[in-house]
Amino acid sequence: MRRFLAVTAMLTTLSSAALAEGSLKVYHWFEYIPQELVEQFEAETGIDVTIDTFESNEAMLASLKAGKLGEYDVAVPGDYMVQIMRGEGLLDSYKPEEMSNFGKIAPEWLDVPFDPGRQHSIPYQWGSTAFSVNRDVYKGDISTLGIIFNPPDELKGKINVLDSQGEVLALGSLYLGIPQCTNDRAQLKSLNDMLIAAKANWASFGSDTAKDVLVSGDAAAGMIYNGFSAKARAEGANVEYAFPKEGYVVWMDNMVLLKNAPNRANAVKFMNFLLDPKNAAAVTNYAAYNAGVTGAEKFLSESILKSPENNPPKGQKGEFIQACDQETQKLYDAIWTNLKK
Amino acid sequence: MVGPATDRPSGEATYARIVRPLLLPTWLVIGTLLLLPVLLMVVYAFLTKEFRGGVEWKFTLAAFEQFFINRGLFGDEPAQIEWTYINIFWRSIWQAALATLLCLLMGFPAAWYIATRRPETRTIWLFLITIPYWVNLLIRTVSLRFILRDNGPLNEALIAIGIITDPLPILNSNLAVQVGLIYSYLPFMVLPIYAAVERYNFTLSEAAVDLYASRWQTLTEIVIPVVKPGIVAGAILVFIPALGAFLAPDLLGGAKNFMIGSLIDEQFRGSQGNWPFGAAVSVILMTLVLIALLLQARGARRPS
Repeated sequence: MRRFLAVTAMLTTLSSAALAEGSLKVYHWFEYIPQELVEQFEAETGIDVTIDTFESNEAMLASLKAGKLGEYDVAVPGDYMVQIMRGEGLLDSYKPEEMSNFGKIAPEWLDVPFDPGRQHSIPYQWGSTAFSVNRDVYKGDISTLGIIFNPPDELKGKINVLDSQGEVLALGSLYLGIPQCTNDRAQLKSLNDMLIAAKANWASFGSDTAKDVLVSGDAAAGMIYNGFSAKARAEGANVEYAFPKEGYVVWMDNMVLLKNAPNRANAVKFMNFLLDPKNAAAVTNYAAYNAGVTGAEKFLSESILKSPENNPPKGQKGEFIQACDQETQKLYDAIWTNLKK
Repeated sequence: MVGPATDRPSGEATYARIVRPLLLPTWLVIGTLLLLPVLLMVVYAFLTKEFRGGVEWKFTLAAFEQFFINRGLFGDEPAQIEWTYINIFWRSIWQAALATLLCLLMGFPAAWYIATRRPETRTIWLFLITIPYWVNLLIRTVSLRFILRDNGPLNEALIAIGIITDPLPILNSNLAVQVGLIYSYLPFMVLPIYAAVERYNFTLSEAAVDLYASRWQTLTEIVIPVVKPGIVAGAILVFIPALGAFLAPDLLGGAKNFMIGSLIDEQFRGSQGNWPFGAAVSVILMTLVLIALLLQARGARRPS
């Protein structure tokens, strides 16, 4: 037995070790993990990592359901998608003892609504969705969603909103102070009417272009993801990202352990590796969002650490987008179609 | 007839032996890349929507019902005609038809001009017409954004020469969509008309003038009927892609209102995907296009 161990140890150190330690298949977003970090993991463990990419949560779900489950070990769904995948039985669970770094998960991201107590997932990166305003055009108070939904005269006709049902309807609901998944007719009607009235003041719908229209000046205010707004600022636009008092949308991407993972042990190792504050910070320095890991701050670059887009004021609350049930979702789909018909 | 015909295989046999195998790749490509996808689309249009994307293999008319019948936001009002999607179709058809008409008005004189140059110069003109096609449509559409925007070169030039004092809000309007459609598809109108005019026998015009036809009569009663196949081909080549366009409406029109293209796109890529409905809208669009093409084909066959 001792000899066997010695041989294994030799193999691990000598060979490319992929054979000895096996492989890991990751289903990930495009350009969302620094290559050096993957190489570091491979060097440390001898595990051969393969990464396939997807372009949306829904595309990933469809592909896993269409037969790719059992092919990948881990994937990186957004918050509501974790809940959906959990509901559809696509996730495996792990015990906290399996990961030495489990305790590093920041306390506020431990008991999340989409995975209470973190049985299937670990935090990957999180950010927020609200809006930004060009401060050359409008100098007043921007701490309210009214900037988008009931804009001051200076901003009328110069607003871009995300071309994304989830974000627009969630922010609209926050503005009105109604729940995100409601069956209450009066509330749904008021959301519908408010959006249609607000649309008269909007210049355009665009998600991919959300940053560009602010930089070019086509829009003076726009719904935007915090990372995008930081980039707009870096490109020279005098924009300020707002954390509105009614609330803002928070999203979190999570690494999940997939059901029937061919290399479950390696997957757990990889998740544990990503919870190491130094490694979590490496991802954040690359992606410019936030890690949900305690102690990552001291490894962050100065610009990310101090970025106003990454530091919500204390006491202002973000909300996850909720996954409604099928009957309720129909109503929200109808409101969205009605808005864009 | 030279030589004994019996020595050679008949035309029929030659066809079977040589031509049919040669056609096989074509049929394979048409079958797998055209017929099969269309068939899939038709089948999907009648399947049941699976919540959050995908389909269940249960046949239903739900997608078509959603398109045509309105039961109110909560689905419990008496059934009425659903105008939402018909209006989206109408908006797209109207935009595409207008673009076709304007392309014709601009393309016909251009094609006529090119076809009446000396053969050597024609090549240069045709070359110039096709140059924009070396650049990807997406890039050309984004570039139009830069030109049309409030502080873009067009508005700045108009302000500089004093025609306007405030920038015209062209970007994110139907006008911008129209400009984008015309710009994208104008060459598709010019080229077929050019091909038809090039073959036009100009002695016909001379004969008409000799017989005291006015210029207008020569144009409408001689020239247009003769080059009509080119005009029809150009109109089809502009109208059909313009009908399904979604780059111009999205990037130039601000995506404020669905067009047929973006409505279909939303059903497959949007977060609350509804594949059967997307397929049903595609089937309805394809049916309309086929009807238009059939009408055109019947019109073309009728002797004039």
